[in-house]
Amino acid sequence: MLLFLEQCLNGLQFGLLLFLLAAGLTLVFGIMDLVNLAHGSLYMMGAYFGATFTALTGSYLGGIAIALVATLLLGMAVEVIAMRRLYGRDHLDHVLGTFGLILFFNELVRLIWGPAGMNLTLPGWLNTSIEILPGVNYSMYRLAIIVVALGVALGLYLVVMRTRIGMLIRAGASNREMTGALGINIKLLYTFVFGVGAALAGLAGMMQAAILTAQIGMGENILILAFVVIIIGGIGSIRGAFIASIFAGLIDTVGRAVIPDVLKLVLSPSAASTAGPALSSMLIYLLMAIVLVVRPAGLFPAPGNR
Amino acid sequence: MSALLQVENLAKRFGGIVATDDVVFNIPEGELHAVIGPNGAGKTTLISQLFGQLMPDSGRVTFAGTDITRLPMHQRSALGLARSFQITSLFLDLSVLDNVALAVQAHAGHSFHFWRDARKQSELRDPARAVLDRAGLAHLGNRSAAALSHGERRQLELAMALAGSPRMLLLDEPMAGLGPEESARMVDMLRELKRKYTILLVEHDMEAVFALADRITVLVYGRVIASGPPDEIRGNAQVREAYLGEEDHVEGAVNG
Amino acid sequence: MALNLRTLVAALLVLALLLVPVYAAFIGNNFILSVCTRMVILAIAATSLNLIMGYGGMVSFGHAAYLGIGGYVVGILAFEGIYSGFIQWPLALVVSAVFALVIGALSLRTKGVYFIMITLAFAQMIYYVGVSLSRYGADDGLTIQRRSQFGDLINMSHKATFYYVCLACLFITLFVVWRLVNSRFGMAIQGARSNDTRMRAIGFPTYRYKLTCFVIAGTICGLAGALLANHTDFISPAVMHWTRSGDLIVMVVLGGMATLFGPLIGTVAFLALEEALPFVMSKTIDPYFIPSGIRPSEYWQIILGPLLLLVVLFARGGIDGFLARISDKEPS
Repeated sequence: MLLFLEQCLNGLQFGLLLFLLAAGLTLVFGIMDLVNLAHGSLYMMGAYFGATFTALTGSYLGGIAIALVATLLLGMAVEVIAMRRLYGRDHLDHVLGTFGLILFFNELVRLIWGPAGMNLTLPGWLNTSIEILPGVNYSMYRLAIIVVALGVALGLYLVVMRTRIGMLIRAGASNREMTGALGINIKLLYTFVFGVGAALAGLAGMMQAAILTAQIGMGENILILAFVVIIIGGIGSIRGAFIASIFAGLIDTVGRAVIPDVLKLVLSPSAASTAGPALSSMLIYLLMAIVLVVRPAGLFPAPGNR
Repeated sequence: MSALLQVENLAKRFGGIVATDDVVFNIPEGELHAVIGPNGAGKTTLISQLFGQLMPDSGRVTFAGTDITRLPMHQRSALGLARSFQITSLFLDLSVLDNVALAVQAHAGHSFHFWRDARKQSELRDPARAVLDRAGLAHLGNRSAAALSHGERRQLELAMALAGSPRMLLLDEPMAGLGPEESARMVDMLRELKRKYTILLVEHDMEAVFALADRITVLVYGRVIASGPPDEIRGNAQVREAYLGEEDHVEGAVNG
Repeated sequence: MALNLRTLVAALLVLALLLVPVYAAFIGNNFILSVCTRMVILAIAATSLNLIMGYGGMVSFGHAAYLGIGGYVVGILAFEGIYSGFIQWPLALVVSAVFALVIGALSLRTKGVYFIMITLAFAQMIYYVGVSLSRYGADDGLTIQRRSQFGDLINMSHKATFYYVCLACLFITLFVVWRLVNSRFGMAIQGARSNDTRMRAIGFPTYRYKLTCFVIAGTICGLAGALLANHTDFISPAVMHWTRSGDLIVMVVLGGMATLFGPLIGTVAFLALEEALPFVMSKTIDPYFIPSGIRPSEYWQIILGPLLLLVVLFARGGIDGFLARISDKEPS
């Protein structure tokens, strides 16, 4: 039971990381109509920046802050240099162009940081556990990730729903011409939105880097999961992305822990040990398949993207 | 006698906006029935529901005795219903002849034929050429559809609707964006079509509508406010009111 | 038909492919034969992708999955002691077709970006299934002890013979695709690419045609997978990695979408680039970096990535489109 609680929290934490990626992806898609495969590269760059700057400054929070600004700037630079030229072209162009960017970033990391991974060391106050219920300890760091990501989600919600920029973002998502007619500096808005998306991905990357390590290609598998989350949640919908992320995180993590045991009840031990990992790695995709059958546009489709 | 197309209590909402409000009308075989109304009256939305691009929230559409309310587009097409689009919708990367030949092919059995060259099949190409000829596009058959002028595209748009030998045409503003000369040619063509097909015509050009229509239905905010022969519509006070600001159109038609 | 540059290039390429084993025997070096076998196999895969992506407008980002499925059918059967190619190959095709049917039936309920993401996601799922097949080597893959056996008919272990089998498969694929895209079915597919709504409006149930096309492409790619497993005597999840799907897309676009020989040209160009780029860089750029101890040629993908971006931005018609433009400019 305690283990189950821990798995649920781990699932929540993983789901929230997914959300940080999916939010940026879906914002960029909703507003600029751009499919960005290189979003995972920004996640990776965030992880490497985080590891590098915390090591350089000797301060965890200081390093993270610098790394965040660095991914924001990197994202804006990528937008100005490459992405801007892809707007208005068809999605195949986006896929190819950003695929090229992935190759570039992977190689760039190998060139600068070498092929081995890089650790991000946590300060003592995070690298500990905390009693969340009487007699139940949980990793302080994972708890911190949950709190930070929830805070970011709330902040995003407030910005999108309550501010002028958010209004523009929503207008852009449902009616591109209107934003133009309002006389807003679209170019600047796009660069800014892309930068924020990059920073969110980078934040997810640097938080994950302390649990695993910063590695080449680390952003690619999680990017595909973020796609799955967007498909489940409905393209262009931040709310959908949020709910689907948490759902997917829970199912994936808890499924991996539970399914092999469940299968042992029905199958022979050897069959269960073969089928268990296969089935649990498929779970999240099966969820996607079911959603596609029931609601092809996702659970919470944004009005402009049906 | 039952009508070819029967529309009963059709209704459609988008969120809080009522796009089609309890619309009822019948179109007997051979009639040219025009639907007019100010911008945003829900004319295109109506056609889209008759053709299955949008599904109504409630109500019933019957075509040639078959309830087609929930049928997908391709099945309506197979029953003999054809539509043209207000915003020209062609296969721009194919040739003009290919465009029409595809429409012929759609009604020449299924297309699970994997081997013979479709561009060399006279049973597809000949009818397609005949339709192009009727639409006045015969000389442009080998041109890419993307290379046509706006007027020619409108003609091709109509030709594609005709190519499937339909029983009834749903024409969504066939004259949209045409110059006076092209419009006159289109009116001639519609007059020709009227003899062969039952037609539902949505059009802004009042002169053309009053010249062509057997009966007219007036739609305002998704609701039918009047329906009847042109003379009756001309004299209808409610219609004049609805067209306030566009009054000269009706006047023009009255006097023209 | 006039002999223009495009047909000339295609003809020369075909001729060159036919002569590869002769050349390899002449210089007594089998490396070139091995490289070209791989090229031919991947060209089959790229041609099948072009069928759905170029002609059908269905941008599948999961096409490498079928390479893996075809390969795993051969590998798993061989592992279980069934070596007969008469069983392995048809089964590889059937299993690929079934997977394509299920994936296509789900993915084609959506379109555009959704379709790209979903095909990617399903391919990733199959990749992970491969990774978790512990009986069949999981991550490390499966060595195939004996190539597919066709009795006394063909000896797949003979390098030149195997090459010609692959080449024959490529030619058959090209011929089939050529007939297919010009048939009524092909016109329906191209119409759906061009304007799906209008297709349905004039009476085509486009979903079933697109799904059929998707299954045909998956099946052909499954054949390429069976060939690839025989070529490398090995199958592993890496064949299905999503970057392999990306490579296939690049090959098709590089060569020229919706053209018959484009994917073949693109595959040759892409693999040649992979071989040539590090070599050219080592001769041109590396000398300038000697003091720093870095050899830029090891990082050749840092050039390849932006190169792809440039192709997308400025040369969308691919090599075939480029050749067509040149031949149009020639006085006729």
